[in-house]
Amino acid sequence: MAKILSVQNLKKSYHSGSKELTVLEDISFDIQERETFAIVGPSGSGKTTLLGLCAGLDQPDSGSIELCGTLINGLNEDQRAILRNKKVGFVFQDFQLIPTLTALENVSVPLELRGDKNAVKEAKVLLEKVGLGDRIHHYPSQLSGGEQQRVALARAFSNRPEILFADEPTGNLDEETGKKVVELLIELNEESGTTLVIVTHDMELARKTQRILRLKGGKVMETLNV
Amino acid sequence: MPDTNSRNSSKAGTGWLLKMAIRDGKASSKKLALFMASIVLGIAAVVSIQSFSNNLKENIALQSKSLMGADYIIDSDQEPNEKVLSIMDSLGGPDAREISFASMAAFPGKEVTKLVRVRGIEGNFPFYGEIETEPAAAARDYQQKGAALLDATVMLQLGIVPGDEIKIGKVTLPVAGALKSVPGSSSLFSSIAPPVIIPHSFIEKTGLVQVGSRIGYNYYFTAEPGLDLEKFDQKLDPVLDANKADLDTHKSTSERLGRRYENFGKFLNLVAFIALLLGCIGIASAIHIYIKEKLRSIAVLKCLGATKKQSFLIYLIQIAMIGLIGGIAGTLLGLGLQQLFPLLLEDILPVDVQISFDFRVIFLGILLGILMSVLFALYPLMGTLYVSPLHTLRAQDNESRRTGLSGFLVLAGIFLFIFLFAFWLLEDWKYSIFFVLGIIISFSLLAGVANLFMKAIKKYFPNSWGFIPRQSLLNLFRPQNQTLILVLAIGIGTFLISTLYFTKDLLLAQASLDEQAKSPNMILLDVQTDQQLAVAETIKEQELPVLENIPIVSMRVESLKGRPVSEIREDSTSQVNGWILQHEFRTTYRDSLISSEVLEEGEWTASNPGTGPVPISVSNNFAEDAQVKVGDEVSFNVQGVLLNTVVQSIRAVDWSRMQLNFSIVFPTGVLEEAPQFRVLTTKVPNEKTSALLQQSLVQSFPNLTIIDLRQVLTLIEKILNKISWLINFMAFFSILTGIIVLIGAVRTSKYQRIRESVLLRTLGAKSEQILKILALEYLYLGILGALSGILLSLISSQLLGYFVFETSFVPSWVPFLVLLPGIILLVMGIGLGNSLGVIMSPPLVVLRKQMS
Repeated sequence: MAKILSVQNLKKSYHSGSKELTVLEDISFDIQERETFAIVGPSGSGKTTLLGLCAGLDQPDSGSIELCGTLINGLNEDQRAILRNKKVGFVFQDFQLIPTLTALENVSVPLELRGDKNAVKEAKVLLEKVGLGDRIHHYPSQLSGGEQQRVALARAFSNRPEILFADEPTGNLDEETGKKVVELLIELNEESGTTLVIVTHDMELARKTQRILRLKGGKVMETLNV
Repeated sequence: MPDTNSRNSSKAGTGWLLKMAIRDGKASSKKLALFMASIVLGIAAVVSIQSFSNNLKENIALQSKSLMGADYIIDSDQEPNEKVLSIMDSLGGPDAREISFASMAAFPGKEVTKLVRVRGIEGNFPFYGEIETEPAAAARDYQQKGAALLDATVMLQLGIVPGDEIKIGKVTLPVAGALKSVPGSSSLFSSIAPPVIIPHSFIEKTGLVQVGSRIGYNYYFTAEPGLDLEKFDQKLDPVLDANKADLDTHKSTSERLGRRYENFGKFLNLVAFIALLLGCIGIASAIHIYIKEKLRSIAVLKCLGATKKQSFLIYLIQIAMIGLIGGIAGTLLGLGLQQLFPLLLEDILPVDVQISFDFRVIFLGILLGILMSVLFALYPLMGTLYVSPLHTLRAQDNESRRTGLSGFLVLAGIFLFIFLFAFWLLEDWKYSIFFVLGIIISFSLLAGVANLFMKAIKKYFPNSWGFIPRQSLLNLFRPQNQTLILVLAIGIGTFLISTLYFTKDLLLAQASLDEQAKSPNMILLDVQTDQQLAVAETIKEQELPVLENIPIVSMRVESLKGRPVSEIREDSTSQVNGWILQHEFRTTYRDSLISSEVLEEGEWTASNPGTGPVPISVSNNFAEDAQVKVGDEVSFNVQGVLLNTVVQSIRAVDWSRMQLNFSIVFPTGVLEEAPQFRVLTTKVPNEKTSALLQQSLVQSFPNLTIIDLRQVLTLIEKILNKISWLINFMAFFSILTGIIVLIGAVRTSKYQRIRESVLLRTLGAKSEQILKILALEYLYLGILGALSGILLSLISSQLLGYFVFETSFVPSWVPFLVLLPGIILLVMGIGLGNSLGVIMSPPLVVLRKQMS
């Protein structure tokens, strides 16, 4: 199997006043196509920063990231946006649906951005698949947390991504709803054969993936095969 | 190998951007509707004024012939000489002629007299338009019947009906009908000297055409079809000028008239434009908050693959659409509003204005709507460019990434646009720069006051105050506070209204009569020298004083510094103003200065020393226009006799005083024997005495013209009231816009208020306490905005008084006693009205609402 994400010697630091705060240091790992992968660690260990860098939401200070065969260090913000639109999907802890768009519109945006003429039709199919066929014209504020996350899942899979990044996907949900969302995520992932990268501090969720990378203080502690 | 496909641009096109703008806008429609309302009124104000001005101008041009009643007129204030007569003959002779003068008219059987403008007409005047009378037949047959047409208002006032008589000088004529309108008589001034039309043949018989009388001779012509009036005017006017006559074509007259009204329209348009600017500042502030709320959505869009440009364009299109809708709504409202203007301005408009829709104005309104909203929203919109997709994972500070240059460029664009708009209206780059500077200074001063106030409160925070006043003060600094924009909105509105009020005060004060002093309020003109004693006696019989007895001698300038007037007239490089060479000066002689005069240069000579040229005193405007200094020689033609004089002194004259002022004053001992007439003045205590005196004077001296200054003042006041009403109407738009900006600002910060009041209520605060906190907050804002607006207007009125009206400005208390509390109450009413729902609901309901 080919590598879909390759991270080499990654370093990222932020300035806090006059001090420089190193968030990630010397991080290297590879993820293979169709693999499921979890990044775990306590709060402040740099999990979310790592996810942001891997998905091209931010630039590292040093090191390289090759995503879907593209070295993203050399791309500008718009080029990275286009890459994300074509190859990357996202699921966020706080759903991040656009409040002024309906469920259907939220799901169709990534498809529309690619110029897909069947965007609305495909979005409807996806929403039906996540069990929200009857709520497609509802705005996010008219949906429960679980429903919002299901819309977010439909949106994440709408552009048939090669790799999906999920940041604490159950973090804002109760246990039962969280479980259902995870089941749906794994089901959709298996169906589409997408590579899945989950950031979580929930070990139970992490164990559902094939490999776990444990971060602490911005450094890789270990990589475990489940 | 990197995938080069990723470098391809996003495929979503303009259609998608438009779709996204509409989708997002639909869900934010309430907020956007308020932004839109901010510009609707400004656009409406600009469109209504612009459209009405255009309509007025077009109507004047269309009705130019009926305004004059002929194609062109040759007129003179003396009987035309041989040359003028031969010119008129060569033109085929006049089609109608008229002699006009002001005179007192008596009405046998009624105990009243009235100053009227007598127009003796011969021929079928008017050739365009018509004399409107009641009964209509009177206009057609008054000439054959040898009757008069009398101004309809006078007939109504004095209870005169057709068939009654009017006595003008030595002639008594029956009144044939009520004169409603006639070409060449402006309704504006007809309330001082209303028109009376009589057949030309009776003029001589009135006995009023004599030396010293101010008589106008008008000769009306119809032109051959195809005659180029402009070229004709250019060719003939200089020749007529040299012979003390003048040519006016219907075109030049209507253009002159149009320009006068156009200038007023332009001024009003600038006032309206300020309302629009205020609305735009409201938009800028509201969009700033709006975009802040959209940051997460923008970050999500970027995460999903939208480029910087796409996310920027979505919101830019949204704002442009608001501008478009606002522009359309404002234009429609403006077009509707202009229908009111003819009703409001009835008396001061020269023509009946037929309102039509001008597509240029409609285009202007819509374009202004789009341009102004986009321009003012641009800087806050640029915030979308700096939103990082990382914002989806953690809050980011994007403000620091902005460059000062982009802000400067946007600001420069805004001021350039304001300048261009002002330039388009005023056609003078200097005034346009002053306008932009004025805007910058007023806005900066108000913003400065608001900032200073905030800093002062922070520095000297009244820690000892109770919880409620302290909390309400703190509210002025809450994050995303709207203090600055509210102070600007309230301040500019108040500033405009109170400046207009003060300016009206200034104008009225200048025109008013000094009741305390012995200043006259009745002027008797055309008193012949041999009548002066008898007239003075008549005045004294009524136990009234003769305050002044001023001799008047008419003369024209013959030469300046040894150069004959005819030579100066032909010299194209001459700097001497034309009126000096043509005007028939009414001069006087006396031995001292009067209260409206101050000696500027030279020495005052009381009486003629008797040797050499006569030492005279000239007003400073005469000196400037005639290009003469102290010591220069000027010779006059005093009714055929040449008189050599030398400028001995130059006086500054306050022409605005309601008294007789003179450009040229002779010393005593020169003109006493020259043909002259007198002007006597007196002071009458009331209307009844005035009427009695006028009656007895007219009975004995029918040639006298009597002006009751109180009537003139009433007219000035009436005109000023009409005009100030219109200006106030425009300023009202600013206030209304201010109110909408205020509502917008209150609504924008509503959620913060909800959060605060819910927290306070959860902690045990009563509704009453929360209400007090909010009321006090709006009270502070109201006081700050309104007070700074009024203080700023004090400064501007002071400057206006000093530089423009050249009079000292004593502010009245009305703006402080009426405007200040009024505006504060308005601000509090709007603020509380919009927050009441929040205050009165239980915390849980509010929390749920907030969640949704």
